Amino acid sequence: MHIFANPARFLSIARPLTPWLGWSGALMVLGALAAGLFVTPADYLQGESVRIIYVHVPAAWLGMAGWTGIAVASFMQLVWRHPLASVAARAVAVPGALFTAICLISGAIWGRPTWGTWWEWDGRLTSMLILFFLYLAYIALASAGSERGSNDRVSAIFGVVGAINIPIIHYSVLWWRTLHQGQSITMSGSTIDGSILWPLPISALGFSLLFAAVVLMRMRALLATAKVEARLKRMSAE
Amino acid sequence: MNHWPFVAAAYGVTIIGTIAIVWASFAAMRRSEAQADALTRDRA
Repeated sequence: MHIFANPARFLSIARPLTPWLGWSGALMVLGALAAGLFVTPADYLQGESVRIIYVHVPAAWLGMAGWTGIAVASFMQLVWRHPLASVAARAVAVPGALFTAICLISGAIWGRPTWGTWWEWDGRLTSMLILFFLYLAYIALASAGSERGSNDRVSAIFGVVGAINIPIIHYSVLWWRTLHQGQSITMSGSTIDGSILWPLPISALGFSLLFAAVVLMRMRALLATAKVEARLKRMSAE
Repeated sequence: MNHWPFVAAAYGVTIIGTIAIVWASFAAMRRSEAQADALTRDRA
């Protein structure tokens, strides 16, 4: 991991990797969503609304994986002071917040025909909403930190501490058995029938590749902006 | 209850959100890298 902390080495890898991740992710997402809409059968209990899992589950996964990424990058920033760690954490924040919002909205849309309600203060729903607010707070902190030009330790500490919410989200369906159903997919198998399940891993992988491409693009933008600012500062000092 | 409008709404929100973040990130990257390249050319 340490060898990729050099911005020049990172850019030499990120530049060719970005279009590959983006296009392969887009193709996988298109294929999986088309299969989810037109190929897989309706569920005997949920009916057609089961098709929402192909967008809802990847969005939930990316919302949680995004904050895990922020926590790991923030930890690396605090401990090893990697120059790229802060950039990576900031690049993940906006797409992470977006996919958390998509998870909440698609979940509410699924809840109306399935549970008869758009929203309930259930453990899983509430902890996911808290994750969305954590993202918003992180974006505000990181933005304020970059404007001050500081080392941005406050947002890094917030990124690490906020990770406490990730296991709470994961285990919420076991700790508080309210409205949200339990875990459908575990290490030992799945309770979802194979005829409905198969596009889900393709969709999750496709959205993950797209997410990675977006993070690389945002990191490249942040590095280029930092380069311009540093050069302008040097020119004004000369 | 017809479930298809709910399915269409969930897919619509996801697809529009995904396209928006990809487009915004791509545009920001191109703009920032073009500024950096222009500055490098000016100094050369």
